[in-house]
Amino acid sequence: MHATVETATLLGIDAVPVEVQVDVSSGIPAFTIVGLGDAAVLEARERVRSAIRRCGFDFPGARVVVNLAPAPLRKHGTGFDLPIAAAILVATGQLQRNLLESAVLVGELSLDGSVRSVPGMLAQARSAQARRLRLIGPSGILRYRAALSDLDAQPIDTLRDLLQRCAETPCPRIDAPAPRKCFPDLADIVGQSSAKRALEIAATGGHHVLFTGPPGTGKSMLAHAMCGILPALDTDEAIATALVHSVAGADETAALAGVRPFRAPHHSATIAGLLGGGSPPRPGEVCLAHNGVLFLDELPEFAPSALQSLRQPLEEGSVTLVRADARIAFPARFTLIAAANPCPCGYLGDSQRRCTCAESTISRYRARVGGPLMDRMDISVDVPRIDPSFLLRTHSSETSSVVASRVLEARQRAISRNASLDESIGTLPRGRLRQHIALSRLSATASEALASCARVGHLSGRAVVRLVSVARTIADLESSADVLRPHILEALGYRTWDTDAAA
Amino acid sequence: MDRAEIARRGEDAAASYLERCGMTVVERNWRAKNGEIDIVALDGDTLVVVEVKTRRTQSRGTPEEAVTPTKQRRLVRLAEAYLAHTGLTEQALRFDVVAIRPVADDRALLRHHRSAFVSQ
Repeated sequence: MHATVETATLLGIDAVPVEVQVDVSSGIPAFTIVGLGDAAVLEARERVRSAIRRCGFDFPGARVVVNLAPAPLRKHGTGFDLPIAAAILVATGQLQRNLLESAVLVGELSLDGSVRSVPGMLAQARSAQARRLRLIGPSGILRYRAALSDLDAQPIDTLRDLLQRCAETPCPRIDAPAPRKCFPDLADIVGQSSAKRALEIAATGGHHVLFTGPPGTGKSMLAHAMCGILPALDTDEAIATALVHSVAGADETAALAGVRPFRAPHHSATIAGLLGGGSPPRPGEVCLAHNGVLFLDELPEFAPSALQSLRQPLEEGSVTLVRADARIAFPARFTLIAAANPCPCGYLGDSQRRCTCAESTISRYRARVGGPLMDRMDISVDVPRIDPSFLLRTHSSETSSVVASRVLEARQRAISRNASLDESIGTLPRGRLRQHIALSRLSATASEALASCARVGHLSGRAVVRLVSVARTIADLESSADVLRPHILEALGYRTWDTDAAA
Repeated sequence: MDRAEIARRGEDAAASYLERCGMTVVERNWRAKNGEIDIVALDGDTLVVVEVKTRRTQSRGTPEEAVTPTKQRRLVRLAEAYLAHTGLTEQALRFDVVAIRPVADDRALLRHHRSAFVSQ
């Protein structure tokens, strides 16, 4: 009495096929699971036994051996409950073999036999779709039919539902309602026009921004307002982002509905928290911010080691976790928005209050962030204190929706300028930066200005490339076909860190 | 009544109960070098290895609780030895526990756990 059922285990954001093999033979009654399962997999024995009984089936009083093939691959989690139970039912003749043909089963079982969702169901759904198999799992899998159009999903509530194959019933298409988060509107932020301009450029070109200013001037508020001016995710981006969230066990409905993620980890975050880690490796904050915004408030308060670890994802657009038994890559293409005080007391360069920090304290504070990371900040703007009388007057400034439409238009211009470079929104892969410069169409005066700026400011190669890329975005916002001298000069104005260092 | 006497009377009660349930007692106190099986019975085609546990008070827990995982493993080994001894391979097998608590000199509460545990 033997049966096999298809399932899959998560490896990063991929679901790797696993075959559940069950052999039921006479002999001393036993229930063993082999095939490198972790503690959660071994605990399946108790859940499977109860679930089978509670659903009115018989648990065999015989020797039950479960093998999870390929045996050398480590298996994690509780998603094996359902396939193991189903395989036992098939092996003991309580379930017809053909009901589970060309199907992949994933789900956790409650003691009463109801089927529960597990992290990474979206990855499982995508893998089932790619393998052209029917996915049998918890009812939540229906949600994915909106994003994965030809997914063959059979939701079941309890183990008993396996008996009735409801394959032909048209599953209702459930479109996730767009859960809009509350974020400040740009119109609610008084003044700070240069910071707003910086946000608009960053939203268009996916450039990284650093806001510097004394406490309470609206740095965090500006960063949060970014949500309101970014265009919605397209289908591919939505799936890519939702995958990371799904694997992390977080709710992926917002991402599937096209809402860009906004992650704001606290400055006590560790490297593992930011990049991901653990066993099995789970994505960190930078991965959860994929196709969205990573906001680091109080940038210099982060552990220097954690900040330096951001350099790879900023450059590559992905995080690769290397473990003894696996090498796992998570996507991490995000727009970094950082906020910092100019010095530990926060009032360096303030118009009203005196800075009380010693020179050495200030340089130590800045050194925590370090040159290489600062070199990657494309746009650095000051967020100064606003005059109280100005603050209390009523102003009418642009709303987020007006800015958002400009951003969308400029993005479309950038995409249509060169279709092959449409991934240029966000972090560029290193090899394409030179190509990007060539395609940016610098006017003669702009090239001249760039060359002299680079010489005077001792700009690094990367700084020059990033400068051009910001200038190109500005040109797109002004709907200019060529990058002109003023665009280069504006972009240079946002690299205050370089000019400060050179001075 | 000493402990051995209590145990013997418990096993007698269990054996007669199992017979009344339609089982056939095959062995009583089957001994091997690493222990003994209280009762071996046949329930239809299934061989049943029965552990009988008698306790006069519940101050140390119920009788069933006394069948600890260690004791279960020993019973599994004993069952293997029994199967080897009798030459029965491919035999359907089950482990039962009969818990007995005497309430008077000639009366006791009996609880029969079918398939009480499996080999881990």
